[in-house]
Amino acid sequence: MSAVPASVQEVKKTTCYMCACRCGIRVHLVDGQVRYIDGNPEHPLNQGVICAKGSSGIMKQYSPARLTRPLLRKPGAERGAGEFKAISWEQAFSILAERLAKIRATDPKKFALFTGRDQMQALTGLFARQFGTPNYAAHGGFCSVNMAAGMIYTVGGSFWEFGGPDLDRAKLFVMIGTAEDHHSNPMKIALSKFKRNGGRFVSINPVRTGYSAIADEWVPIRPGSDGALLLAIIHEVIAQGLYDRDFLVRYTNAGQLVNLDAKSDEFGMFLRTEVPEEEGCFDPQNKLWWDRASNKPVITHTEGCDPYLLGEFKLSDGTPVKPSFQLLQERVRDYTPEWAEGLTGIPAATIRRLAQEMGVTARDQKIELPIAWTDSWGKDHDTVTGNPVAFHAMRGLAAHSNGFHTIRALAILMSLLGTIDRPGGFRHKAPFPRPIPPCAKTPNTPLAVKPNSPLDGMALGWPAEPDDLFVDEAGKPVRIDKAFSWEYPLSVHGLMHNVITNAWRGDPYRIDTLLIFMANMAWNSTMNTAEVRKMLNDKVSDKDEQGEYRIPFIAVCDAFQSEMTAFADLVLPDTTYLERHDVMSMLDRPISEFDGPVDSVRLPVLAPTGECKPFQEVLIELGTRLKLPAFVTKAGERKYRDYPDFIVNYETEPGSGIGFLAGWRGKGGEKFMRGEPNPRQWEMYAQNNCVYHHELPRSYQYMRNWNRGYLDWSQRSRITRYAEPILIHLYSEVLQKFRLAAQGKGITRKPPEHLKQRIETYFDPLPFYFDPLEVQATDTHKYPLAAVTQRPMAMYHSWDSQNAWLRQIHAHNYLFVNARTARLAGIEDGDWIWVESQWGKVRCMARHSEAVEPGTVWTWNAIGKAAGAWNLTPDANEAKLGFLLNHVISEELPDGKQRISNSDPITGQAAWYDVRVRISKVSPGETAETSPQFEPLKPYPGQEKRRSLWAYMKGAVK
Amino acid sequence: MHPAFSVIFLTTLIGVGQGLFLALFTVESYAAFGLLPAQDGRFYALGSAIALGFLVAGLVASFFHLGRPERAWRSAAKWRTSWLSREVIVLPAFMAAVFLYGAAHFTGFNPVLARLPSGAPVNITAILGVAGTALAFALFVCTGMIYACLRFLQEWHTPLTVINYILLGGASGFVMAAALSAQAAPEVAGFLGGWAMILTVLALVGRTAALVRNARLKPKSSLRTAIGVKHPRIVQKSQGAMGGSFNTREFFHGRAAGFVRQVKWIFPVLAFVVPLGLLVAGFAVAAFAVQYLGLLAERWFFFAQANHPQNLYYRAVS
Amino acid sequence: MTQLALVIDLNVCVGCHACVTSCKEWNTSGQAGPLTDFNPYGADPTGTFFNRVQTFEVGEFPNTETVHFPKSCLHCEEPPCVPVCPTGASYKRKEDGIVLVDYDKCIGCKYCSWACPYGAREIDEQQKVMKKCTLCVDRIYDTSLPEIDRKPACVKACPTSARLFGDVHDPESEVSKAIRESGGYQLMPEWGTQPANHYLPRRKTRLRIFDDELVRADNPLKIEGKPLPRPAKSEPSLDDVTSW
Repeated sequence: MSAVPASVQEVKKTTCYMCACRCGIRVHLVDGQVRYIDGNPEHPLNQGVICAKGSSGIMKQYSPARLTRPLLRKPGAERGAGEFKAISWEQAFSILAERLAKIRATDPKKFALFTGRDQMQALTGLFARQFGTPNYAAHGGFCSVNMAAGMIYTVGGSFWEFGGPDLDRAKLFVMIGTAEDHHSNPMKIALSKFKRNGGRFVSINPVRTGYSAIADEWVPIRPGSDGALLLAIIHEVIAQGLYDRDFLVRYTNAGQLVNLDAKSDEFGMFLRTEVPEEEGCFDPQNKLWWDRASNKPVITHTEGCDPYLLGEFKLSDGTPVKPSFQLLQERVRDYTPEWAEGLTGIPAATIRRLAQEMGVTARDQKIELPIAWTDSWGKDHDTVTGNPVAFHAMRGLAAHSNGFHTIRALAILMSLLGTIDRPGGFRHKAPFPRPIPPCAKTPNTPLAVKPNSPLDGMALGWPAEPDDLFVDEAGKPVRIDKAFSWEYPLSVHGLMHNVITNAWRGDPYRIDTLLIFMANMAWNSTMNTAEVRKMLNDKVSDKDEQGEYRIPFIAVCDAFQSEMTAFADLVLPDTTYLERHDVMSMLDRPISEFDGPVDSVRLPVLAPTGECKPFQEVLIELGTRLKLPAFVTKAGERKYRDYPDFIVNYETEPGSGIGFLAGWRGKGGEKFMRGEPNPRQWEMYAQNNCVYHHELPRSYQYMRNWNRGYLDWSQRSRITRYAEPILIHLYSEVLQKFRLAAQGKGITRKPPEHLKQRIETYFDPLPFYFDPLEVQATDTHKYPLAAVTQRPMAMYHSWDSQNAWLRQIHAHNYLFVNARTARLAGIEDGDWIWVESQWGKVRCMARHSEAVEPGTVWTWNAIGKAAGAWNLTPDANEAKLGFLLNHVISEELPDGKQRISNSDPITGQAAWYDVRVRISKVSPGETAETSPQFEPLKPYPGQEKRRSLWAYMKGAVK
Repeated sequence: MHPAFSVIFLTTLIGVGQGLFLALFTVESYAAFGLLPAQDGRFYALGSAIALGFLVAGLVASFFHLGRPERAWRSAAKWRTSWLSREVIVLPAFMAAVFLYGAAHFTGFNPVLARLPSGAPVNITAILGVAGTALAFALFVCTGMIYACLRFLQEWHTPLTVINYILLGGASGFVMAAALSAQAAPEVAGFLGGWAMILTVLALVGRTAALVRNARLKPKSSLRTAIGVKHPRIVQKSQGAMGGSFNTREFFHGRAAGFVRQVKWIFPVLAFVVPLGLLVAGFAVAAFAVQYLGLLAERWFFFAQANHPQNLYYRAVS
Repeated sequence: MTQLALVIDLNVCVGCHACVTSCKEWNTSGQAGPLTDFNPYGADPTGTFFNRVQTFEVGEFPNTETVHFPKSCLHCEEPPCVPVCPTGASYKRKEDGIVLVDYDKCIGCKYCSWACPYGAREIDEQQKVMKKCTLCVDRIYDTSLPEIDRKPACVKACPTSARLFGDVHDPESEVSKAIRESGGYQLMPEWGTQPANHYLPRRKTRLRIFDDELVRADNPLKIEGKPLPRPAKSEPSLDDVTSW
């Protein structure tokens, strides 16, 4: 056999978007059609490898589920029926622009923009802010905001885009609550190297699949009890003296003295030597230690002093004080491994052993790298020390209503072990670390929302105290999702999961237009799916045929015929990733490596299909038509030709030199981060594998929270405004400030009466364990099983139900039930069963498994589809055999007479994994198909006919 | 294995053809030595035509088994290693022998070519008959060996497979011959009926022996050897494809275990017991019809019972 | 004599299916292509793949191992599928040991698939010929590709580099070393097929903590003037049972 002649091929490099991982790819084209997509070996993120999704890009590109024309709901057709007529883009733009202009001129908050992907926030957020609406967020609130908030409010960075485990040097790696395939290819590359280097890998997870499969030890845990485990491990680490004392003293607030004068307005706050103006985003070094040598209080980090971490002291004025570490020790005193065993199902001896493995490995296998660096207090260090214990965690911890405190506990454990931004531990990725909390703030008054004006502040921010909340005088939320309100004060990613319910109910107010980008809010991205679908289709008055919808206008931009598009009044066909420009921007979530900032771009390798238009172009066109200041000149003329032009020329402020892309700035591309627009910037990215990688000097690569060189560089590069050290918040004053407000102390705003108790309880400056809110509201004898989901690797972070290759791997889903649990319920392998929570029920098939904790059932998420959606035939496995667990998960919980989001009370993180269910065999004779069923969707105008046989070969597409 | 109807018909039909030819030549041989009354050439010609009819039908059925029947000619290439290739050569050769044998009888062109030391004449039909007999047995061996040579299909990997192809084909051919002679050559009907019964009994014995043997088989392969993990409890959760694959279509009979069990009891009754009764009662045509149905069931079961080791890899989806 | 093969490291395979679709993607437009899919958007979608990843559960809760198991043609040294082929379409190359199908000679009789104990072959029901892994024979010798790309698509794609590719007859090759040093094994050795592909088993790293590692002179609790961890006085001791 001879080789295929390569001469007919054309190879174009770009960035994958089959999931949110953003690997470099090479697209091999033959006669303009995709022949092969492989990993770009020169790309720092994936180093040439590619996953199952990335390899199936062809089937996404040529999927019959693709939308190709703007669509308008047919007059008289119900929402959800999917009856559309094709219209021109000009018509689509004028409908939208006319509507939005009216809203903007009257009450901009009546326009809400929510997006499924959070890696385009720099532009979508800019658009919303320029429009003047506070009602904007991406999907973080229903994904993993607890992970971001819990870690950033503690160590100034978090997992995935913000930081991660340094598996090159780690010796022990503990993965806890990480679904199947989080941080897809980079994690796999690292995990494999780690295992081959003889590292020990422990996975703590209710389910053993994916990464957990190759763990040296699997520790099954009951969902929602991770906090108990982590607190018990902290208990053991402190009790055995296995913490890194030197690290805690110098780099955390462990030694800082806390005011324990119960009568003081400063109760629970750190003592300060003076009280200068403190911005919400940095932490002056004006706190106190109790020096061991002189046995009196000194300013922290005083040369030659060493504080007590344990003990209690009295200031000369009689104020009782304790180091915050003492408070932590007291907090975990009763969190013994035996106590945790009862909650987690993990034997106390195992918990103790895990704690000892972590502590002993961190202490005895220290890494000393001969890298000299200087800390923020001017002390020179000859080496960088590493304690080689690394962690990774994600939604398994985050998607619980107790997740914020769980993740705080994890961050504290990582800090006790001395692993933050050190070799073999957790490493930051630029632009992290950020001050705790980061500087961005929302407005704190409804007055910030004004007709015909940009929003006076960011739509999303990082509250540092009650005065930062985005509420009105009465303490009522300004945002439609009630983010940054007293209900969920630190909801830093918004609460997309409550937008539709709130807007439908008119609480806090009704909106006019909802623009959804790439989010399936009528199916797998919403809780309580069946009811939410009704809300989307609900009219103000049932009697009035012409009656206005409760959500009067819904526009959806998506590349595919999702269930959500059926509920749109206006559908905007997005392109695929192979047809567009994109940026993975430093203003957003770049693809930085541990060794320095990296940003990247996506370049079109194919012309758009049909009339598809990238969403960014839609925003820029709309922004221009609405004359939003960022998109037009002073004279009101169009400022940017298109998105690529915008990316090159947009600056955060005129002349700021900061734009979406950090690489090759300056006239000739000679500058990084700051510099004038470079007209050839795209070209330079294209010539460099679509990536700009700025490798930091080795002395700036570690200890960045307190690394003077790095912080100065970061400040000079305008990555951060302040170069102050970022001390780890073992003890969180931010939380204490809210608690004080709830206790009526201090001069800040106070919560409304009915939320005082909630704030006081949950805003504890130290992590504590509580049963998830839904569990507290469930009769667990009636609903004994925790039900969780994860996306399978071949479909992780993607909408791949319609992908002809991937759907052969996962055509439908089963509920995995521990074999013993199933048999006790009389359920045999493969039986049809009902899964019932107090909110609803679904019918599905059971699969026995030995790889799931007996109190847990689980399934692959979002395999089940509504009949006919995604242009699958109505009898497709996804619609008949596959099921969606969302039907049994509620977006709200009863709260006295009111209803409150089924979320973390601190961050508003959707508590997907708190649901409790029971399972039972279906009655004899019941239909062997999933329930509920919905009226099948028909293909829309402009959709390609689906094939019944496909022999794909390059050049043989049409 | 999935019982493909093309192969079921191929093997049963040519079996009848082979057996019938053997029956015809047996009659001729006996007659040559005066042990049976000599028959008219038309009897042999008619019998050969019928045998050829079965062989052609079998051949046609076999084409339905091929993805690319237009390339069937290529399959004669590997006769050194492949029993299938050998069968592909032997089957037409046998058909040619049957045709010539029948044609010689039909035309009466049957010169004596030599004489045996005993003085018995050796004419052209005798030569063609001996050649045809050799080819018929060769064909049985080829057909049987196609299955018997697959060593990891343990149900097939036994001399019984070849023996049974011979016995089952022979029995069905002799029953057919008995039915034919009842109409066309009543003098030999008893002789053929007798042999038909003997062969049917022998086939029953051979097939029962195979059933007994197979019931005692211990699979050599297990999930432990299939994936190389030494553990007594291994359960597949996913085979990597949920909508089925070639592996799930080709190697599984796709029927409930109860159905297979029923066939296992029904086919000996249809293929052996009832035909024996009918032969005794003198209903040879009916005996053939029932036996052929029984053989279809027998062949279905032959495939269904064979448990391919690849099936270890295709047990569950999720 | 060269024998090219894959060595699959079950110790790091996380079951991501990258090898499955990267193989499909390369080969559907390559010499073996197209690899047809039936009902790609309907009930029970099914198509031809050269490689599948399967999942097994080993043991009982909580001592369960989840094993992800990629399976493709094993390129046996004694391939039972080759001699049974009546046309010679199925053959094993002398020069590198790859077992291939000549799609122009194949009559689609499926006999080779019966002769393969591993279920490695799949007929393409639209093309009507038998297909199987070719070890990307149309990539690995293509000198127009850069050296690092001259590998089977699955090997290139595999994010955990669980798939090694090389000559198992060369004792110095990466694959031979891996087989030697990590306990590489063959599937269904009982049939004497001598698969060239090997699998590497799971390996476990354990950590042992000694008691004296928990109580040390530099224990930071000492600095705080706190007692070091020691057993509770109430725990059993010899004093409970003897008086000498």
